[in-house]
Amino acid sequence: MSAIYSLPMKELLSQVKIYSVWELTQEIKSTLDQTFPPLWVEGEISNLSQPSSGHIYFTLKDESAQIRSVLWKNIALGLPFRIEDGMHIIVLAKLSVYERQGNYQLYVEDIHPVGIGRLELAFQQLKERLYKEGLFDEEHKKPIPKFPQRIGIITSPTGAAIRDIVKVARRRFPSIELILRPVRVQGEGAAQEIARAISEFNQFKDVDVLIVGRGGGSLEDLWAFNEEIVARAIFSSRIPIVSAVGHQIDFTIADFAADLRAATPSAAVEMIMPDRKELNKEIRNLSQRLFAAQQSMINSYEQRLKSVLTSYGLRRPADLILQNRQRLDELIRQIAVATSNLIQRAKQTFSTTVGKLDALSPLAVLERGYSVCYKLPERKIVKSAVNLKVKEEIETLLWKGKVHSRVQTIYPE
Amino acid sequence: MPAKKLTFEKAVSRLEEIAEKLESGELPLEESLKIFKEGIELSRWCSQVLNQTESDIKKLVKLEGKKFKLEALDLEAEDEA
Repeated sequence: MSAIYSLPMKELLSQVKIYSVWELTQEIKSTLDQTFPPLWVEGEISNLSQPSSGHIYFTLKDESAQIRSVLWKNIALGLPFRIEDGMHIIVLAKLSVYERQGNYQLYVEDIHPVGIGRLELAFQQLKERLYKEGLFDEEHKKPIPKFPQRIGIITSPTGAAIRDIVKVARRRFPSIELILRPVRVQGEGAAQEIARAISEFNQFKDVDVLIVGRGGGSLEDLWAFNEEIVARAIFSSRIPIVSAVGHQIDFTIADFAADLRAATPSAAVEMIMPDRKELNKEIRNLSQRLFAAQQSMINSYEQRLKSVLTSYGLRRPADLILQNRQRLDELIRQIAVATSNLIQRAKQTFSTTVGKLDALSPLAVLERGYSVCYKLPERKIVKSAVNLKVKEEIETLLWKGKVHSRVQTIYPE
Repeated sequence: MPAKKLTFEKAVSRLEEIAEKLESGELPLEESLKIFKEGIELSRWCSQVLNQTESDIKKLVKLEGKKFKLEALDLEAEDEA
C-alpha cells in the first residue's frame, strides 16, 4: 500500500479507477443484493419509531450486533399484530443499502413473533388494547331481555350454527321470530360483513336481541370474530348482542365485547330463549298463587268478621240493654214498694178520717133507725105533716135504701 | 285484554307483583279483588302468547336508503345455492 502513496499523484491517478460516492454505493448495493437473496433474520426490536408517514423504522439486534430495519406501511398494515420494542421476532427481509445515508439495512417483508403464533399475539394485543380502552367494561353491558319476541341472527346461512339455532328455538319457544342476516363468517372480508350486518340490524331496530356467531373451527377459521372492526360494531350496537362462536372453551374478542357470551350457537338460544314449558309452569304457578292469596284473604276477612261479631265492642250494646233491663226491673220494684206504702198510708189516714166523719154524718143517724122524708117532685125535706097533702108523693131515705110512697092520711098534731 | 303494547316480560313481572301484593294481605278487600281480576286476565293473556303457533324464519334484506324488508327463508335452498 505504502508503495502506491510514494508514486507521484498524477501517475497514480492515471493508473487507478476512481469511483464517485454514488458509483461506489451502487457497487455495494448490487453486491449486497446479489449476494443476499431475501433471508430470515432473528433478533429483538429496539428503537422503534413510526413517523407520520406510517412507515416503521427499528433496529434488529442481538447481544453482539445490530442492523437497521425498515417496515413499509402497507406491509405493516397487513400484519395481524402490532410490533413493539423488545419483541423477539424473525423477519423475512431483503438486505440492501440506503444510499442517502450509506447504511445497509433490512427491508422487512414479513414478521413472525418468536415463541407465540402471529394470530395468538394479535389476539392478545387487541384484547389488551380494547380492554384498556374500556370496550369490555361491565358498565357497557346491556341487559338481555328476559322474554325476547324477535331475535336477530348474524351467521352463515349454510353453516351448522343457523341449523342448531333453529332446532333449539323450535323446541324451546316456537312462536319467537327468528330473523337471519346472512354473512360470510370466515375468509377475507368476513369481519367487515359481520360488522355491517350488526349496523344494519341497528338501523332496522325491530329485534330484541342479536346472536352473532358461527360453529367451531380453528383459530384461523374464527379469526373474523377476533377482528377489531367486529369488536367495535358489537360495542356500539344499541341492541344487546350475544356472541356464540365455536364449540370450544376459547374466547374470541367478540365474546369479550358482547353483552353475553355463549359457548356455542345452541347455547346462545338456550340462554336467551325461555323454555315454553317452564314458562307455562311459571304462569300456572303464578295464577295458583293468585287464587291461594285470594282465598286466604277471604278466609282472613271471614275470620275478622267473626271475631268482630263476638268482640266485647259489639257485645256491649246488648249487655247495656240487659243491664238497663235489670235496672229497670229494680226501679219498677222500688216504685211498686213505694207506691204500696203510700197507698197503705193513705188508706190508714182515710179510715181515721172517715171514722171521725162518721160521728158527724147524717148517715150515722140513719144507721141508728132515723129516716129522712122528701116531698116530691122538689125533693124538699119534710119536717112537719102539715106541709103535705093527701095523694102527694114522698121519698123516704133510710139507712139502707129509700122508699117511694103516696100520702093517704095526714095526722097533724 | 289489559293495557296495549303489553310485552310478555311486563305481563309476567306485573303478575309477580300482583301475587306478592295479594300474598301480603295488606290490601283493602276491594283493591285486592280488582287486582286479582287483573292478575287472572294477565295469566290468561300470557298462556295465550305462550301457546301461539310456530313462526317461520325470515331473512333481513336491506333496501334503498334505510329501508328493510323481511323475506321468507328456506334453509334447504340456501344449502344448495
